Amino acid sequence: MSTNLATMAYIAATILFILSLGGLSNPETSRRGNTYGIIGMTIAVLATVFGPRVTAAGIPWIVGALVVGGSIGLYAARKVLMTQMPELVAAMHSLVGLAACLVGFASYVDTSIVFEGAEKTIHEVEIYLGILIGAVTFSGSVIAFGKLSGKIGGKPLLLPARHWLNLAGLLAVIWFGVQFVQAHDVGAGMLPLILMTLIALLFGVHMVMAIGGADMPVVVSMLNSYSGWAAAATGFMLSNDLLIVTGALVGSSGAILSYIMCRAMNRNFISVIAGGFGTGGGAAPAAAGAGPAGEVTAVSAVETAEMLRDAKNVIIVPGYGMAVAQAQHTVYEITKLLREKGVKVRFGIHPVAGRMPGHMNVLLAEAKVPYDIVFEMDELNEDFPDTDVSMVIGANDIVNPAAQDDPSSPIAGMPVLEVWKAKTSIVMKRSMASGYAGVDNPLFYKENNRMLFGDAKKMLDEVLVALKG
Amino acid sequence: MSLTIGVPREIHAGEKRVATVPEVTEKLIKLGFAVNVETGAGAEANFDDASYEAAGARIAASADELYAGSDMVFKVRAPTPEEIALMKPGTTLLSFVWPAQNPELMQQLAARQLTVLAIDALPRQLSRAQKMDALTSMASISGYRAVIEAANAFGRFFNGQITAAGKIPPARVFIAGAGVAGLSAIGTAANLGAIVRANDTRAEVADQVVSLGGEFVKVDYEEEGSGGGGYAKVMSEGFQKAQREMYAREARDADIIITTALIPGKPAPKLITAEMVRSMKAGSVIVDMAAEQGGNCELTEPGQAVVRHGVTIIGYTDLASRLAKQSSTLYSTNLLRLTEELCKTKDGVINVNMEDDAIRGLTVIKDGEVTWPPPPPKLPAAPPQAKPAAAVPVKKSGHGHGASEPASAKSLAILFGAGALLFWLVGAFAPASFLAHFTVFVLACFVGYMVVWNVTPALHTPLMSVTNAISSIIAVGALIQIAPPLDAAAAEGRPNALIFALAVLALTLTAINMFGGFAVTRRMLAMFRK
Repeated sequence: MSTNLATMAYIAATILFILSLGGLSNPETSRRGNTYGIIGMTIAVLATVFGPRVTAAGIPWIVGALVVGGSIGLYAARKVLMTQMPELVAAMHSLVGLAACLVGFASYVDTSIVFEGAEKTIHEVEIYLGILIGAVTFSGSVIAFGKLSGKIGGKPLLLPARHWLNLAGLLAVIWFGVQFVQAHDVGAGMLPLILMTLIALLFGVHMVMAIGGADMPVVVSMLNSYSGWAAAATGFMLSNDLLIVTGALVGSSGAILSYIMCRAMNRNFISVIAGGFGTGGGAAPAAAGAGPAGEVTAVSAVETAEMLRDAKNVIIVPGYGMAVAQAQHTVYEITKLLREKGVKVRFGIHPVAGRMPGHMNVLLAEAKVPYDIVFEMDELNEDFPDTDVSMVIGANDIVNPAAQDDPSSPIAGMPVLEVWKAKTSIVMKRSMASGYAGVDNPLFYKENNRMLFGDAKKMLDEVLVALKG
Repeated sequence: MSLTIGVPREIHAGEKRVATVPEVTEKLIKLGFAVNVETGAGAEANFDDASYEAAGARIAASADELYAGSDMVFKVRAPTPEEIALMKPGTTLLSFVWPAQNPELMQQLAARQLTVLAIDALPRQLSRAQKMDALTSMASISGYRAVIEAANAFGRFFNGQITAAGKIPPARVFIAGAGVAGLSAIGTAANLGAIVRANDTRAEVADQVVSLGGEFVKVDYEEEGSGGGGYAKVMSEGFQKAQREMYAREARDADIIITTALIPGKPAPKLITAEMVRSMKAGSVIVDMAAEQGGNCELTEPGQAVVRHGVTIIGYTDLASRLAKQSSTLYSTNLLRLTEELCKTKDGVINVNMEDDAIRGLTVIKDGEVTWPPPPPKLPAAPPQAKPAAAVPVKKSGHGHGASEPASAKSLAILFGAGALLFWLVGAFAPASFLAHFTVFVLACFVGYMVVWNVTPALHTPLMSVTNAISSIIAVGALIQIAPPLDAAAAEGRPNALIFALAVLALTLTAINMFGGFAVTRRMLAMFRK
């Protein structure tokens, strides 16, 4: 295949990728979008393999690598539970980051391509940046994976003077960068490059460790963006337009996604990235004395079923607890039963419910909940006053009234689902523990609120039995 | 062994209700009980003996026979000493009792070794107790009947009309106290076409008043009147003064006043003074629903309708009983729900479970032991110190480009300035080959930005998953490093093995991502359906 042909194939692949992202904007076209992506990727790989820059000697190895990697990937994709999606996505980001690092190092030690003057500097800066972004993506994603899968605690780790640490890291990276570019041969440049990689790895760890659990969706999406930038930097390094375009597409779409999520939480993008809750270290969360106190009213599953049966209008608000308990199928059974009885059931999804953007939608879709009864927060928040029962399943911060009426609350200003405006709200929770954000929830003490304590799945099963009985 | 429920005829003068109607009799029998009904028990409420028999009840010829054969007794009015004497020791009684007002009755009931569940002692704030709340169902009927009585005594239409014979103004109805009875009266009067105004010391009921078609009249004085359990409390002197002024004003304008103000355990507050009655138009009507507790109007005569200063003042204490069929049906349904709580096993045997908040509250005498008053039930939590209404105005955050406000001119200028500087730097120093790539890069960023803005939030996860899969395009980078076409000179000194190993490893890692990413996206998307 000639160079020109390969280039044209790359353009075709690029268009397919754009169509793929565009298709994903709507459930109707989303499956086609994914297919475009697959075709685009196939074209890109084939055009490269049979293109002018790969010789026949490499093909067996390429096939081997694709088969091994592909099998692992397909196996993981088949086995993963929908509730583990965030972990899987984070793990995959780390692979891209690592691959970008490896390609960067390989490119650096490759002496077969020689540049002079400004081109040499630019090439080296590209390598340096590619490895930097790759390393941050890699270590950050590994930590995100750990946090999401519960292997690492969700509490933000706030080192003293963490902003200074980050700044020092940045200065060191720039310093090593200068050393690296000035190095005369590969051997001399290797040391600053490796040191920078280490710093970048530490920086990635530190960055994600400092991010609170509630902000995880933003982080996942941000790492997604980084993996794109890493690919783009690699493209510059290798003078490959396909890599640049695709990397930029992924990078900018991930960044936009993060921004959308931040806006949904009314959080400043910068402060999420800088990490932790209450930047500035110590906006005392609603002084303990002013914290909500009082009795909560517990109900049984049977009573819950009764309330649901007597209601005309029900809104279900799922949260991470539903994902953990794998309760989405039971939720759907209940929904189906209630809908047969003529109860209007809708789902209210907070933009950051769960641990990944759109997490709840995926779970509900898995349970075959039709997507036209699943609504966004903005679409149904005004309907709560006309709702008889709002049922909160394993969510906490996203239904916390303190976000609206307690300016000192760490989540103040974050839009929340106003479940307390329904005639009765039922909150399913395992215990009175506070949510991921570590903020107490005055909702539980409201007069029209009932608590249904217990594992969400078990409780919902009981509710289902009671509804059928 | 299943229990027998006895339903006596109410002997209180003027009481027309009956504690169990035929329809409920059937359901009680399904729960496993036997039901005995005294002959003529339902006659005043239009239920004859035959309909009870058809429902499966046995008719007892006399009160003696009925009480002797009953393990449980359902009543409306609290029993008289004579009735108590007829009951078997150990009988369970479900009835209105008013333990606070009737200490003697309580002693007599206890002395007879009864178990007494006072339906009026129900902890009403428990939501699951609502189905047993006879006070509410009776109050609601009374409120309706109060308006009907007023309409009966009132010489005009309720609704305004413009007829050939002239213009008829709508009646003005003022309702004091927007509890259950008050709200019911508001709804009824509004439906008849009157202009309804209402007041309550509890500010939170204003919405309910408006929702029923009334207008909420505020007292010009800041004080919150919620006393827990859905009742009002006694208000301060300053408030009462302001309230009196408001009532005087309303009384002058109103054609009909219906008062429902009660404070638990205290005589009814005197809201309408003789002076106010005098200020009313002749032919106006006052219905005093608090007559039994002394009345809200100074001139009320409990149990009677009197005319004072040209104003008809109705002080009937049996408003619910005047709608006997309706009130009997609701009351007996309340008792049925209570019986279901007592008999969860549905085998006709009751269990007075003192661990249950609702039943604990209801049970005023258990096996001859007075258990009233109950320990305070869980009261509604005191709201945390009322915060100044500093509700942060929540910005509506829509998705998509159109919903965001355009950036301010200043920040736009800065943005463009920075962009221009960056572009100038690149243009000034970078070589041509870099610029080509840079063009592509910048344009691609914009395409990504445009494409992603309109994604529905529901698809965020699949989108992320697919972009993640696409980012494995980095495989191309690894591919071209595995076996590049090299001439001998270039291959010289190049660490071929190292590059090869790195590239193969990178390719394997990316392949995991590539295949896994697309496959998992596919799996996810397959689930999205309508």
